[in-house]
Amino acid sequence: MTPSSFEYFSPSTLEEACRLLESHPGEARVLAGGQSLIPLLKMRFTTLSYLVDISRIPGLSEIREENGTLHIGPMVRVAELNDAPSVRQYHAIADAARIIADPLVRNMGTVGGNLSHGDPSNDLPAVMIAMNAVFTVTSTVVSRRINARDFYLDTFTTALKEGEILSSISVPGHSGSAYLKQKRSAGDFSVAGVAVALDMDGRLCRWCGIGLTSVGPVPLSAAKAEEMLRGNELNASLIERAASEASMEARPSSDFYGTAEYKRYVVKKLTKEAIELAIRRAGGQ
Amino acid sequence: MEREVSIKVNGKLYREKVEPRMLLVHFIRERLGLTGTHIGCDTTNCGACTVLLDGRAVKSCTVLAVQADGKEVTTIEGLDGEKLNPVQQAFLDTHALQCGFCTPGMIMTAYWLLSKKPDPSEQEIRDALSGNLCRCTGYVNIVRAVQEASRRMRK
Repeated sequence: MTPSSFEYFSPSTLEEACRLLESHPGEARVLAGGQSLIPLLKMRFTTLSYLVDISRIPGLSEIREENGTLHIGPMVRVAELNDAPSVRQYHAIADAARIIADPLVRNMGTVGGNLSHGDPSNDLPAVMIAMNAVFTVTSTVVSRRINARDFYLDTFTTALKEGEILSSISVPGHSGSAYLKQKRSAGDFSVAGVAVALDMDGRLCRWCGIGLTSVGPVPLSAAKAEEMLRGNELNASLIERAASEASMEARPSSDFYGTAEYKRYVVKKLTKEAIELAIRRAGGQ
Repeated sequence: MEREVSIKVNGKLYREKVEPRMLLVHFIRERLGLTGTHIGCDTTNCGACTVLLDGRAVKSCTVLAVQADGKEVTTIEGLDGEKLNPVQQAFLDTHALQCGFCTPGMIMTAYWLLSKKPDPSEQEIRDALSGNLCRCTGYVNIVRAVQEASRRMRK
């Protein structure tokens, strides 16, 4: 299969890339690793006149930790998250980086692409929502910061405006986090995925974030379940109730991957397990 | 509009004019005539088209030739010299193929795995091969082949 014809640009600065996007509104897209975009173009689900390849722009592939915050460049390949020692203590990111698609796709696919594509089945958006990450987006005019929670507007629709590029991802550290997903077969998208991040003080949960994959039109935050945990001592019965609440906050539809009822069940199970895993990790285990 | 790309394939530099929509796998097979790289599912699932791009295994049906501009590609044809590569030889010796269609991709992924992890566990081998599908012989002998190649390459 071959995509329909398009013009290809390979700018060497972010500003040039933004200008190219700006000058072709509605007809141009950023090409990062291409692992979502190229299949769409090949199957002609999408037709674009211009692709702006940002892979040759220097400085977009850095992973850096500073003052307890992890900064990830948009062109960092998912596989590179696995190799970077600084990512290890950001457990949920490390979990996701091991189970996104398959190793070959992870060698090419990028963090920025996974986050900007707007696919509710992509794994990193729920992780970033749970961890309270902040995205920096850049245009020729200005840079602005958007919380991951406010980034996803609808399926394949994000808060990125015409001419804007996701230029950096900042993830605050948490005492423990986890990402778990259930899939039907190797390399497949998930039936459901759950990301949990906790700031713990002994058994006391000072702050918590929960993000959900594949169970709604956008990656979701389970805000009510988060509220139940915040400021409380975490015990088995509270975890159970929060997991139930998260499953009710999911908005799954019945499809090829399972019925809505089944997906809620999976969300409940994964939420419980992810909270427990995040607690264990917060205790340094 | 066509663009000129310079891609080093199996050590040899090629300068070719390509349409931006040309896939790397088509460039390899149709422009260069290297048909060892197979097109299986053509939808980023099966891994029959696996090649190394700057040393990392990728699915060449999901890479544009223009993305590989200035980079190095290794295909199955680039592995053997006078003799088969140890990974190829191990696949042969342990009966790790039946129809052989997935084999070039399996070998490229195995070769990449062993290049960064010379002594992988069985689980690590299975994880590494999870993006390569075999629809006839199953994975038992493929895993054995990778283990055997690992042993021979470490000697």
